[in-house]
Amino acid sequence: MTSTELRDWPLWEVFVRARRGLSHQHVGSLHAPDAEMALRNARDVYTRRQEGVSIWVVPTAQIATSSPDEKDAFFEPAGDKPYRHPTFFHVPEGVQHL
Amino acid sequence: MYGLPEERNRSQPAEPEDTALRDSFEATIAADERIEPRDWMPDEYRTTLVRQIAQHAHSEIIGMQPEGNWITRAPSLQRKAILMAKVQDEAGHGMYLYSAAETLGVSRDQLVELLLAGKQKYSSIFNYPTLSWADMGAIGWLVDGAAIMNQIPLTRCSYGPYARAMVRVCKEESFHQRQGFEILHTLSHGTGAQHEMAQDAVNRWWWPSLMMFGPPDDESPHTAQSMAWKIKRFTNDELRQRFVDICVPQAAVLELTLPDPDLRLDEPTGNYRYGEIDWEEFKRVLKGDGPCNRQRLEHRTRAHEEGRWVREAAAAYAAKRARAEERLAA
Repeated sequence: MTSTELRDWPLWEVFVRARRGLSHQHVGSLHAPDAEMALRNARDVYTRRQEGVSIWVVPTAQIATSSPDEKDAFFEPAGDKPYRHPTFFHVPEGVQHL
Repeated sequence: MYGLPEERNRSQPAEPEDTALRDSFEATIAADERIEPRDWMPDEYRTTLVRQIAQHAHSEIIGMQPEGNWITRAPSLQRKAILMAKVQDEAGHGMYLYSAAETLGVSRDQLVELLLAGKQKYSSIFNYPTLSWADMGAIGWLVDGAAIMNQIPLTRCSYGPYARAMVRVCKEESFHQRQGFEILHTLSHGTGAQHEMAQDAVNRWWWPSLMMFGPPDDESPHTAQSMAWKIKRFTNDELRQRFVDICVPQAAVLELTLPDPDLRLDEPTGNYRYGEIDWEEFKRVLKGDGPCNRQRLEHRTRAHEEGRWVREAAAAYAAKRARAEERLAA
């Protein structure tokens, strides 16, 4: 296999906006040599049934993520703050519009 | 703290004695939650998934051939456009599945090489020839019907990327099955010769379709472990029975018969009992001795080779543009 084979095509993550008013959602990934081809391939692979009005493609290598191993420590600060949810508070009987 | 995205960062197999990791994996499965690519997983779980997803992806790609055979000879422009859309979907399904397999740490190139070298399998059904236009109907109704039966439980498979790919595939497959049913219905209610053509296709595809569910439960080597890991949700025989029960009344609407003299309703269970499946034939075809095995792989290899210049040109163009952009930026 030569150096220009698929194996050198970078991986792209594909995000599709289903319709106006919604945010782009991750739908999957694909290989493509450049952004333009990634967009064309994404159209053919992920929107054959008008699933979208807009596509983003992002080089997979450019995305940073939190690690699952550090899940607990990383998200721990939010764990002891249930008062951030309105349901934390007791509302006396009969109170309306609160 | 930072790494590649969740879907892409392959977790390294941990030391087997790392029981905390194994416990957490087992607990996730037990709670019916999904395993995601960066989670720790036992090597055998990973190997099983790679084998199954790759085989599934290869089946979609090889499965384009029997139907591709009739695109140029479809009886009307509309039928032709529909068949092309269906075959294109199959390519798409192959892509979703290769992507899912890649999250397990294999590359698509590796998988394609293994397929072309005959080291990974694809569904034995695609080694049968498509002799008439009615075969497009029988494939859609029976082969896609059996595939859907297998795939719907996989939308709840414990491995997240595979389950998500299956949701997408299942949505698209129902068009495939209906178009097949419609082709058969039209032929069956057409001229005598057309009816006969439809019946002939069903006669040839019925038994191989039943084989698509895999060997009987007591001879299926991977079933127990795959069920425990919630990769599989039903056994081969359970799904096969459900398929037969659904097909019998549909065949009546088609006014076609199923080629099984032993087929009869078992009143107490409400299930249809069916005759003996020729497992020798199944094994023969799986081993490479079916009617079209060699032709299918040769065709796939040729298509891969003949597409090489396109892949190379696209890569060369991308490299040239990247260099030009670098010069501009400098």
